[in-house]
Amino acid sequence: MAAGRAAVLLEAEDGEQAAALHAEVLRRKAAGEVPAGAEVVPAARTVLVDGLPDPAAFAAMAAGWQVPPLAAGQGDAVELPVRFDGPDLAEVAALWGMSREGVAAVVTGTVFRVAFCGFAPGFGYLTGLPAHLHVPRRATPRTSVPAGSLALAGPYAGVYPRSSPGGWQLLGTAEAALWDPAREPAALLAPGTAVRFTALP
Amino acid sequence: MTGVLHVVRPGALTTVQDLGRAGYAHLGVPRSGALDGPALRLANRMVGNAPGAAGLETTVDGCAVRPSQPVVVAVTGAACPVRVDGRPAAWGAPLLVPAGALLEVGAATEGLRSYAAFAGGVDVPRVLGSRSADLLSGLGPAPSAAGDELPLGSGPRGPAASADAVPYAGLGAPLVLPFTPGPRDDWFTPQALRTLATGRYTVSPDSNRIGLRTLGPVLERARSGELPSEGMVLGAVQVPPDGRPVVFLADHPTTGGYPVIGVVAEAALPAAAQSPPGTPVRFVPLRPVPLPR
Repeated sequence: MAAGRAAVLLEAEDGEQAAALHAEVLRRKAAGEVPAGAEVVPAARTVLVDGLPDPAAFAAMAAGWQVPPLAAGQGDAVELPVRFDGPDLAEVAALWGMSREGVAAVVTGTVFRVAFCGFAPGFGYLTGLPAHLHVPRRATPRTSVPAGSLALAGPYAGVYPRSSPGGWQLLGTAEAALWDPAREPAALLAPGTAVRFTALP
Repeated sequence: MTGVLHVVRPGALTTVQDLGRAGYAHLGVPRSGALDGPALRLANRMVGNAPGAAGLETTVDGCAVRPSQPVVVAVTGAACPVRVDGRPAAWGAPLLVPAGALLEVGAATEGLRSYAAFAGGVDVPRVLGSRSADLLSGLGPAPSAAGDELPLGSGPRGPAASADAVPYAGLGAPLVLPFTPGPRDDWFTPQALRTLATGRYTVSPDSNRIGLRTLGPVLERARSGELPSEGMVLGAVQVPPDGRPVVFLADHPTTGGYPVIGVVAEAALPAAAQSPPGTPVRFVPLRPVPLPR
């Protein structure tokens, strides 16, 4: 689907396919089939490719791609130690029908993947929780969520890279600097990165 | 020897801008950069800088700075009175500002955002390859405040451009925004695209570096529910729940969950960024919009 005169929005059936499509675009970019200067922005069910000389021709080419399913366990997971001390831990425990320790065990036992980034630099939307554990946003967002907060909303988990307003349910606090523009790479979590949380006492 | 610019009067909003930090949208980093890129490039050319050197972008009422060393300056973008130590000086031409003299970029008489380029550039640290202040995510230098000192660069520079001065191109009204329908025009009623293409809109005072907000007829959705977040391009015409189109400018979020009814051609965005609140806006589709049945 054209998005203006220089970009194409490629659509996928679901998040899993979007991730596979994103990997395919990156493979083809590395192979020189996508312009080196193009921005590739994955999202929930789409991959945006911006900076194309001929979006229509690109869309036609992409329609013919055979996209292989995403291979599991590619690369090492980023480990993020978390203290499970969030103000919404009890609420999430109640929603999940388990103890606070049970919530920590589920989260640390899940391998998440960064589906896409957005909201703020270095904020990764992490998928991996099964559908029955998806929780709603808080009815009233907080005016300030502390940096490092591990939070849940809908199908996603995320860690706030800096203090900001937010409506997600806060489970705990990670100590790692998720975003540091002076570091290479600046973002600890880039699309496609696998993430594992470990519990801090 | 390198000097500094002392900020004497920051004005409503004065930021350091170059041509932005493209290439990090996948990490949630906006492109940022001068909203009127051609104006910044021109100012840089007039002082002999590379096109992408950082300068100052003012908003509405200009700014005043005092360089600690003699520096060649050019002011472009929004037309405005320019003064050096109180004496009238040329807009749109290279000026030599002596050490310690006060350079005043006055209030815009036409347009909104003036650009001041300094030979050698404004040498604040680069963040992800750019010196631009990104007001959505807070990357780059904070907006200028009185008393700030901005380092001046001593980087390579060529001869100044040969033109003695440039005329002000003028904006004209209405602001014409050519757009390509989609990618989510199917989320709206057929009448909505027609309304966008024919309705009388004006620039809203709530506009900023993130987006040009508009006032005018509401665009009605054909589909309810939430659009899963997707990548947003520069110039995207996003329609929030209030139904009034917002045109995304340089500091726009990289992903968003409101449907995009069309995308404005990038070449029209500098004029959009120079259009004051109340300016009439016409959205012109780049392909025919079918009549609603």
